[in-house]
Amino acid sequence: METATVIENLKNYDGPELKLMEVCGTHTASIFKSGIRSMISPAIKLISGPGCPVCVTPAAYIDKCAEYAMKKGHILLTFGDMMKVPGTDGSLSDLKGSGASAELMYSPFEAVERAAAHPETMFVVAAVGFETTAPAYALAIEDAKKRGIKNLKFITALKTIFPALSWICENQPDIDGFICPGHVSVIIGIRPYERLAAKYKKPFVIAGFEAEHILAVIYDIVNQIKKGEARAKNLYENAVREQGNIKALDIIKKYFEEGPAMWRGLGTIERSGLYLKKDSPFDAGSRGLDADIKLPGECRCGDVIVGRINPDECPMFAKGCRPDAPYGPCMVSGEGACGIWYRNRKL
Amino acid sequence: MCIAIPGKVISLENNKAKVDFSGNTVTVNTGLVDPRPGQYVLVHAGCAIEVMEKEKAEELLEIFADLEDFR
Repeated sequence: METATVIENLKNYDGPELKLMEVCGTHTASIFKSGIRSMISPAIKLISGPGCPVCVTPAAYIDKCAEYAMKKGHILLTFGDMMKVPGTDGSLSDLKGSGASAELMYSPFEAVERAAAHPETMFVVAAVGFETTAPAYALAIEDAKKRGIKNLKFITALKTIFPALSWICENQPDIDGFICPGHVSVIIGIRPYERLAAKYKKPFVIAGFEAEHILAVIYDIVNQIKKGEARAKNLYENAVREQGNIKALDIIKKYFEEGPAMWRGLGTIERSGLYLKKDSPFDAGSRGLDADIKLPGECRCGDVIVGRINPDECPMFAKGCRPDAPYGPCMVSGEGACGIWYRNRKL
Repeated sequence: MCIAIPGKVISLENNKAKVDFSGNTVTVNTGLVDPRPGQYVLVHAGCAIEVMEKEKAEELLEIFADLEDFR
């Protein structure tokens, strides 16, 4: 089938209104960049889901990171998105003015090298992410362990997508189908979605990140719904193997164990967090960081994260809450739904 | 956050690869994959998470060829 035919069919769709959730923030960004909403029928609604790990991280985690960044002889290393997320006393970026040592890293392996080169300093990695990133932290820990590096710790906020999708299926039953996250799926494969599709009778289709990938997946989901099907499918076969990446899954299991985790907007979800095993010398105290700052009464962050409303339906959107003066991480992160909608809003 | 970019493997040594991203060469960890020089790997956070077996254009053609007719 030609791309043009797919677009024509999606543009002319005149069935009942459908709500499809794109779980991954990178998909949200790609949908805006390529103008996919304008290519499909307004009856097919694309809803942004909870797939930005920064956006679902509670303030207590930022506060713990800040505590290490302010501690003498410590350097906190983090990916860029975390720098501006507000904690109780401001963001890590704000605290740099008060002497906090918070620096950007490009990969956890860089943290290992820095720790090896500067044994007098304790390096603490703010290890945020989903299954895509967890194996990289595990590999870095394995390397540090082999080399006997003692001045490196990880404060983790690692989450897994399967329990969050189950939560959404239980609590947001009006979502008709799921555009599944391509790079999380590289690690976990298709089997978790097969279980979800069988249990909740909805299509779950794995998508790559080009506009064509996403269009093909929307088309497939709409077609499945028209035919009364509810299957898990992989339309990103070039990168996603049926069983996932076994080496990655094995090394996650070697260093991490499941536990309850707090998701901003969703609450605590059992077995949705990955924590370093209890005896790990690399853990900087990652459990129980659940408390969140009290957001202003009008902030609808929680409703945005679970796709109950679009970001521009929040009364604070582009008014009290902007990327340069955010209330919640959804507006800060490069892959937060609010920030993406703000950057692409019509002026 | 889960963004990953494909790059071409130039050389391999001890669980690391030199990977070319449009002219920029970067060292990445290959502890999760077994690529050969010349293959494309998908890189996230300094780590190759999978080997890509096809060119992007070829992959997209196949995806569209497999789509079933709208009913």
